Order: sequence, then structure tokens, then C-alpha cells
Amino acid sequence: MNDAEALNYGMALAGLIFAIGLTGVLMRRNLIFILLSMEIMLNATGFAFIVAGAKWASADGQVMFILILAVAAAEVAIGLALLLRFHGMHKTLDTGRAAQMKG
Amino acid sequence: MLEMLWLIPAFPFLGFAFLILAGARLPQRLKALIGAGTVAASAVAATIVAVRFIASPPEGSVYVERLWNWMHTGNFNPAVALYLDPLSVVMVLVVTWVGFLILLYSTYFMAGDDGFGRFFAYMDLFVGFMLILVLADNFLLLYLGWEGVGLCSYLLIGFWYKEEENVRAALKAFIVTRIGDAALAVGLFLIYYNLDTLNIQEAAAHAPEEWLIGSLAANAAAALLLGGALGKSAQLPLQTWLPDAMAGPTPTSALIHAATMVTAGVYLIARCHTFFVIAPAVQTAVAITGAFTLLVAGSSALVQRDIKRILAYSTISQVGYMFLALGVGAWAASVFHFMTHAFFKALLFLCAGLVIKALDNEHDIFNMGGMKRKLPFVFWTFLIGSASLSAVPFVTGGFFSKDLILFQTWIYPLGGLHLFIAGLIGSFLTSIYSFRILFIVFYGEAGQEVERVKSRAATTSLTALTILSIVGGYIEIPRPLGNVTIFSDFLKPVLPEASPAITGTGTFIIFLVVSIICSLGGIYAAYILFIIKRNQVESLATGVPGNVLHRFLFTGWGFDLIYDVLIVRPFVYLTRLNRGDIFDLFYRAIEFFCGAVYGFVRTTQTGNVRWYAAAVAFGAVVFIGFVMFL
Repeated sequence: MNDAEALNYGMALAGLIFAIGLTGVLMRRNLIFILLSMEIMLNATGFAFIVAGAKWASADGQVMFILILAVAAAEVAIGLALLLRFHGMHKTLDTGRAAQMKG
Repeated sequence: MLEMLWLIPAFPFLGFAFLILAGARLPQRLKALIGAGTVAASAVAATIVAVRFIASPPEGSVYVERLWNWMHTGNFNPAVALYLDPLSVVMVLVVTWVGFLILLYSTYFMAGDDGFGRFFAYMDLFVGFMLILVLADNFLLLYLGWEGVGLCSYLLIGFWYKEEENVRAALKAFIVTRIGDAALAVGLFLIYYNLDTLNIQEAAAHAPEEWLIGSLAANAAAALLLGGALGKSAQLPLQTWLPDAMAGPTPTSALIHAATMVTAGVYLIARCHTFFVIAPAVQTAVAITGAFTLLVAGSSALVQRDIKRILAYSTISQVGYMFLALGVGAWAASVFHFMTHAFFKALLFLCAGLVIKALDNEHDIFNMGGMKRKLPFVFWTFLIGSASLSAVPFVTGGFFSKDLILFQTWIYPLGGLHLFIAGLIGSFLTSIYSFRILFIVFYGEAGQEVERVKSRAATTSLTALTILSIVGGYIEIPRPLGNVTIFSDFLKPVLPEASPAITGTGTFIIFLVVSIICSLGGIYAAYILFIIKRNQVESLATGVPGNVLHRFLFTGWGFDLIYDVLIVRPFVYLTRLNRGDIFDLFYRAIEFFCGAVYGFVRTTQTGNVRWYAAAVAFGAVVFIGFVMFL
């Protein structure tokens, strides 16, 4: 397996994971699963960075991955806080039930 | 002393500002004092300046006072500058003094009116703008004054704005004169475009160098200036506003008709006479317009019932004489007639105002009568005014000025026998209608109780105007009768005299006899028609031809009807057709499109967060696809 093939497979895998995550965000109603799906999407992008870094033998990709981890951690913290508030207000985690801003 | 020139227009403006800002809280006496006092101050300043100007004339008989730069853009930098020469001296003196006398009278006439302060404020503004007009050094400033008096006439004609008729009259005056104003504005553009200056003297000096005599540009410029003058001076075919302008208070009529607005056109043409000299066709048009106007208005005045309408038609007719004089190149005679006319027409209007007030706002002369015994003072002053208007020989101002016009119309190369005869017929008509008022109003039987005039202000004003109506003529007496030429000598630096085509004392004597026959014959005719055979005359109007003629003249030769059919009704019809406003359809289509798009986009705002996420993802796909494949 040469470098170009490795990049292609890696990118395809990243795209696949990203699509799975996106599908989860779109399909799921439960807020916890939406947050989980978003973590998957973040990890997909992180994986794409790692693959690209390996291809060009650069540390930048790994640096970006660590940054994404940090962002993901922060996002989970805020997301969970919002989730608690959400549950407190609506007594449910179903996002469809909270469609109050209907134009 | 000439430096105080700027005070002359400044005083009335000051009075206006004071009355408008603080007027509501002042007692009536103080308002009258400010309103009339500022114009009096202006008149005194004008007199001092005039005396100084005559005693030691400045170089070239011209004094320019440059106050400040109005604006400065590129080559275009008109100044606010006042220009004093013999012509403007005459105009300023007449405007301020006659204006003051009318305001003095108004302190009596308008007493007790709700809008007392407002009235004086407008009148002051009127006088101020008129002074700007006659003192302007450049066309732009002149135009400011020109529009200013138009505005003030609108405000004053519609002074009693609670009645719809008055408001209509005010609007009519504003709109009809606006037609002329538009012509004047275009004329000024043309002058600036071709001569590259708006300074009146420079433009007048350059025009003959730039333009050939009778060339298109010269004719166009003169014709457009004439258009402006026709509107303001109520000449054919824009005369219809003036009879309706009688809706305003009587002193307003006196001020508009005697001293200020209607003579603005005469002043404009006299001031710009160089433009007319190089456009002979237009100058002939001026004379012909004047001749027609004086006949149309004179004959219409014969049958009016409203005393102020008679005087209004009389004004149109007399201004027609001034135009006739301008048209034949008798510039000084025209300004001379302007001056005497200002005196006697103001006098007549103020007398009419007293009669109207004494009879509790009665305007119809046939409901008056016998006023000679009830109001003797008004009778005598009105008699002198009428005599002056009818040009009773040797003793009245109107005689010297009108006969000067008629004589010069005959003898000047630009004039001729046909114009002269038109003037003579007009003179005959003038005598009939002016003495018709006198005989009907002051003779006959008194029907009503009257309220006597008990006002020193009004009587002083009338007395002063009476004296001026008589002595005003003696400053210019033709050669065979005494040869006084103070007036024409004074104006000679500005208004050149033409050399007559016909000369000789014999001519003058023939002329004098004919003219006196016309003037006195008219009075005699009025005496027969309205005193001796009054019943027969009244029955004359009941027959079919008499009735048709009467109605034709009563409506002022049907000009209002013509304009109504030709302009007003088609315009109203078009506006009615366009009630939905077709031009708005385009904008309404835009509005509809926006609304439709909004309605569609609104449906995407579901509040459902997963839809939003889907939209973001879809947008990202589209965007990336866009970047990758295009």
C-alpha cells in the first residue's frame, strides 16, 4: 500500500465516520445521542488530520488533533450543561418537543 | 451714507422675524408698531440713501454693496450684493413709502382680526422680498426676491384660510405665477449657460456682444424673461389669478397691486431692457401683449360687480400700459407710470377697503350707493384716485404718466398708430369703469347704515397717497406744457431714451386733444350711462345679445373657462384614469415578489434543530461541490 492509497482509504474512512455522525445528528431525537454523534463527527475530522499529517510527514496534523480533542472536551462540558437545563425546562430530551421557535 | 443701503431690506425682515417668533405674546399696539415701524424705518433709510444718491451721485450713478458670498463652487460664485442705480432708487422709494402707508392704514383696517400679528409679519416679509428683488445685483438674488413675493402673495391671498374659496384663490395665484416663474428660471439657465455670468450688469453688457440681433438665443432669452414677467405682472395670458387674488385682505390687494408684486415684471423688463433691444420680435410681442391686455382687462372691468374685482382688472389694464411702454422702448415712461399707478391704485384700494369695512364686508357695488354723504372723506379721496386713474388732464399724476406712454407709443419707431389707438380705447374704457364705481357707489340712494372711519392712521395714509397721486406727476411734464424732465433725466443713465420717429409740437397738440377727449369723454359717458340713464343700461344686459356680452366680459373674456377646458379638466381626467397609479405597479411588483419569497423562506423556520442541522449539512455539500467541480 503506497502513500496515495493510504491517504485515499484514510480519507474515505474519515468521510464515512463523518457521515455516520451526521446521520446520527439528523436522525436522532434524543439530545444525548445528538451530542454523541457530534463527538463522532469531531473524531472523524481528527482522523482526517492524522491521515493527512502522516501523508506529508508533518506534525501539524497531530497538533490539530490535540486541539480538536480539547475543543471536543469543552463542547461536551457545555453540551451537558445545556442538556441539563433543557431537561429542567422541558422534562424530556426530545428535541422535537422543543420546537418553539417556529416561524 | 450709501453704506446703509443694506438696512433698507434688513428692517422689514427684522420685523417679520420678530413678529413670527415673539408676535403671539405681544399686545396688538406693539405688533402694529413693529409691523409698520420697521417698514417706516426702511422708508426713512431709503430716503436718506436716495437723497445722498441724488445729491452726490457715485461714479457712473451706480453703487454696489457686496454683503457676502452666497456660494462658491468653481466659476459659479454669486454674491449677495445690492445694486443701487437710479432705477432701483425709484423702485425702493415707491415700495417702501407706499408699503409703509398701506401698513399704517392696516393698523386700522386689520384691528381686531385674529391674525393681526401674522398679517403684519407677512406684509413685512413681502416688502422685504420686494426690496431684495429690486436691489438684487445678480439674477439669482433677484430670483430669490421674485419667489419670495410669490410666496408672500400666496400667504396673504389665503390669509383668511378658513374659507375654502380663499385658499383656492391663493393656490391659483401661486400656480399660475409659477408657470411664469418656470419660464424665468429657464431663461436664467440660458443666460448663465451662454454668457457665463448671473450678474445682471455683466450679462446685459455681454449679451449684445455674444448674440446677434434677432438670433435664436437672444429671442429665446428675452421671451423667457417675458414669460416670467407675464406671470408676475398678470398679463395675457397669465392674468387670471389677479381678479381671484381679491380674496385676501384689502391692504394686501393694495400692496400686491400697487407697490409690489405686479410691477415686478415691469421692473424685470426695464432692468433687462438690453436683452429686449437685441430681440426686436420679442419686444414687439411685449407691446402687443400690453395692448391686448389693457383692452381685455379694461372691457372686463366695465361689467364687474365686486368693487375689488373692478380695481383688479383695472390694475391688469394699467400694467398693460406699462408693458405697452416697455414694448415700444419708452422705458422711463413705463417706470413713471409704475410710480404714479402705485400711488393712485393704492389709494383706490384703501378707499374701497374703507367702504367695504363701513358696510360690513359688502363687496357688491350695487348694494352700495349714496356713500358721498355717509363717507365724504372717502368720497373725495376716491374721486382724486379715480381722476388720476382716468388721467384727468393737468391736475393728476396719472395724466402725465399715461399720456407720456401714449404719446411715445405714437411717436416712437417701435410703436405705431395701431398700438396708439388701442391705448386710446383703453384710456376711454378706463375713464368709464373708474367713474362707474364712483357714480354707483357714492351717488344714488343710501341703503345701509355705515360705520364711520375714526382712525387717524387711515386718514393720514389716505391723505398722503392723495397728495402723491396729484403731485407725483409733476416731476415729468412734456415739453410744450412746461418741460420738466426730472424723472427721465434721473433715469437716463439706466434707461436710454429712444429718438422719436415723428416730431413736432403740432403732433403733440393733436395728440393732447385726442387724449383729453378720450379721458374726459369716458367720464362723460360714465355720467350718462350710470347716472342719467342707469335704468336703461341695466335693462340692456337682460336682452340676449346684451346678456351674452355681459357674461363674456364678466368672466374676463372667458379665460378661466378656456383654461378649465383645455388644461384643468384633461389633467383631472388623466389623474382620475391614473387613480391606481400605473407607475406604482412596478414597485408593487417588487413588494409582491419580496412577500412571496418571505412566505416560502418562512416555512423553513420550523424550530426543529435537526432540520437546521440538515440545512447546514446540505449547504456545506452544495458549497463544497461548487468549489470542487466548478
